Amino acid sequence: MTRVFISKDMASVALGADAVAQAFAKAGCEVVRTGSHGLFAIEPLVEVETSEGRVAYGPVGPDDVAAVLDGSHGTRIGAIADHPFFVRQQRFTFARCGVTDPLSLSDYGVHGGWKGLEAATALSAQDVVDAVKASGLRGRGGAGFPTGIKWQTVLDTPADEKFIVCNADEGDSGTFADRMLMEGDPYCLIEGMAIAGHAVGAGRGYIYIRSEYPFAIEAMREAIARSASRIAPFTLEVRVGAGAYVCGEETALLDSIEGKRGQVRAKPPLPAIEGLWGKPTVINNVLSLAAVPFILAEGAQSYADVGFGRSRGTMPIQIAGNVRNGGLYEVGFGVTLGELVNGIGGGTASGRPVRAVQVGGPLGAYFPPSMFHLPFDYEAFAQAGGLIGHAGITVFDDSVDMAHMARFAMEFCAVESCGKCTPCRIGSTRGVELIDRIVAKAPRAAGALETMPQIRNASRAARTHDEEVELLRDLCDTMKHGSLCALGGFTPYPVLSALDHFPEDFGGGDALREAAE
Amino acid sequence: MTDIAGIQTAIDRFMQSDMRGALLPLLHALQEEFGHVDPAAVPLIADALNLSRAEVHGVISFYHDFRTEPPARHVVKLCRAESCQSRGGAAIEAQLSHQLGVAMGHSRKDGQVALEPVYCLGLCAIGPNALVDDRPVARIDSARVVAIANEVEA
Ligand SMILES: Cc1cc2nc3c(=O)[nH]c(=O)nc-3n(C[C@H](O)[C@H](O)[C@H](O)COP(=O)(O)O)c2cc1C
Ligand code: FES
Repeated sequence: MTRVFISKDMASVALGADAVAQAFAKAGCEVVRTGSHGLFAIEPLVEVETSEGRVAYGPVGPDDVAAVLDGSHGTRIGAIADHPFFVRQQRFTFARCGVTDPLSLSDYGVHGGWKGLEAATALSAQDVVDAVKASGLRGRGGAGFPTGIKWQTVLDTPADEKFIVCNADEGDSGTFADRMLMEGDPYCLIEGMAIAGHAVGAGRGYIYIRSEYPFAIEAMREAIARSASRIAPFTLEVRVGAGAYVCGEETALLDSIEGKRGQVRAKPPLPAIEGLWGKPTVINNVLSLAAVPFILAEGAQSYADVGFGRSRGTMPIQIAGNVRNGGLYEVGFGVTLGELVNGIGGGTASGRPVRAVQVGGPLGAYFPPSMFHLPFDYEAFAQAGGLIGHAGITVFDDSVDMAHMARFAMEFCAVESCGKCTPCRIGSTRGVELIDRIVAKAPRAAGALETMPQIRNASRAARTHDEEVELLRDLCDTMKHGSLCALGGFTPYPVLSALDHFPEDFGGGDALREAAE
Repeated sequence: MTDIAGIQTAIDRFMQSDMRGALLPLLHALQEEFGHVDPAAVPLIADALNLSRAEVHGVISFYHDFRTEPPARHVVKLCRAESCQSRGGAAIEAQLSHQLGVAMGHSRKDGQVALEPVYCLGLCAIGPNALVDDRPVARIDSARVVAIANEVEA
């Protein structure tokens, strides 16, 4: 019986993988459902097991079974590792994703699973923390804080109870690496969390997964049940979010697990000292925790050897939006933005010129192609007025209206604000109104109150376009410095970068000329 | 008719698991079983978890997922986030809204279908995307809009 491998990743299923799998099963094949390799242009992908290894075909439809099985199908790729999208990747975290049956414990063992946990349990807690420090691993959730230092704080804080919390809220548009890992290699995350538990002395872990990820929730729950004895006495539980973006912020997430509204807590105290139910808590992104088994199994140095500047190791970069070869690209830091978008991504899917890319989700900056020389590195992006965030890149072609995208950023902040601080809650709403006026070239006139004789210090003239833009910058400044968390604090990144790099979309020239006429 | 006894039974069943921070999981369980969280359930939940009714109500109203009215028979959740926008999401939203005969964020009067916004489904390289009754659908174009509309009329 021929064995074929077909992904059951949510993206593959959305592209029709279930029907393809059924067709192969009906033709008498043994169908193994895997995670996705991560290039969606070739999904649904079918790999046929042969004496020379797996031979890939994709995209494949349910009517293509015979042609694939006799080798005549036109989309024959050959070995997936030789495909241009994959040859230069460095798959440290995603090594098994797409290859193995995600829930098979024997597959996991055969492909190097549990080696990191075995190595860790043979070491003292401090030695494990030291290894993570030496690897240079920084948090992959957005802020890039050194993971080992966070773990050290939790290890050093005495308590009767400590927790490991995995942030799987992945709300950023343009990102899907957490989802793919949880669906495609759930034991890797479980292993990473068990290592973290050993390293800081925590007995229990929670994985907080957004409700928009039903496949990942199911995969993680099943994987936890199957691997319970392997990670005992450490225990794990999945908690499901409820459609609040702000719950990705670590303290809002903790409140949400505790059963409260997902509101941001003031810091300090740090969660590492007073986290879940007031106990010392490691809270890390999925990718941070899933990088740890490799570090322990292969040695901190093998991880640290790869990278750029102070950004060590690999980053699972997600190339998304209007791009031809969208997908997951894991590679060492330092690759340039242009190479990712034009080289690997192959430019836009629409075939039109690239006009802008947003890096780091809804709180990330927009960059024009003139900045494509930027290396993928935390510091380089910060210097350029942006951020890497969770490493999602959203590509836009020349049909994009950047004032509209700036407005959307404010609107999104208004919808998702937890409401605790004023700059975020109110500032975002005022921001939407302000951008609407700027775009409509309808600057605000003085209100009835302002024109009353008693009011002496308010301007009686309507604002000019420039004054409205100035006010928008001022508002962004207030949000940036006055917000409690990065939701309000970083919304200025997309807004100001759109304004700085694409001023022509904000009606500047025209409005001024008309005003002068 | 509100099934108070049924809700209480569901709460009692849930409480056997003795979970810490049980409110969100309990709300999910109730919504799963009854399709929505009936406002009549609020005092029962408060009682079971030793919370105030205000706390329970505050949580229900904070999270976009929890609904306090029965859902339409079919729910189409269309992604409105940036990556889907970059692939023509706004035009698809307009078409879908027109085909289904319902505005974004609303249920149709006959209760057959609701069109809801969602901000990213993690399928960002193959948009515009939607969940049609929890089934993911990608690369939505005009033809697929029609197919979705036909599907939810059935
Ligand atoms: C509004 C907001 C949303 C966030 N969403 C996420 C998220 O979805 N996933 C995530 O890992 N971190 C998110 N973060 C960052 C977390 O607060 C935190 O930095 C992270 O979980 C720490 O883990 P790390 O050190 O492994 O990155 C978000 C932050 C903010 C302000
Ligand atoms: S932006 Fe629509 S799925 Fe991510």
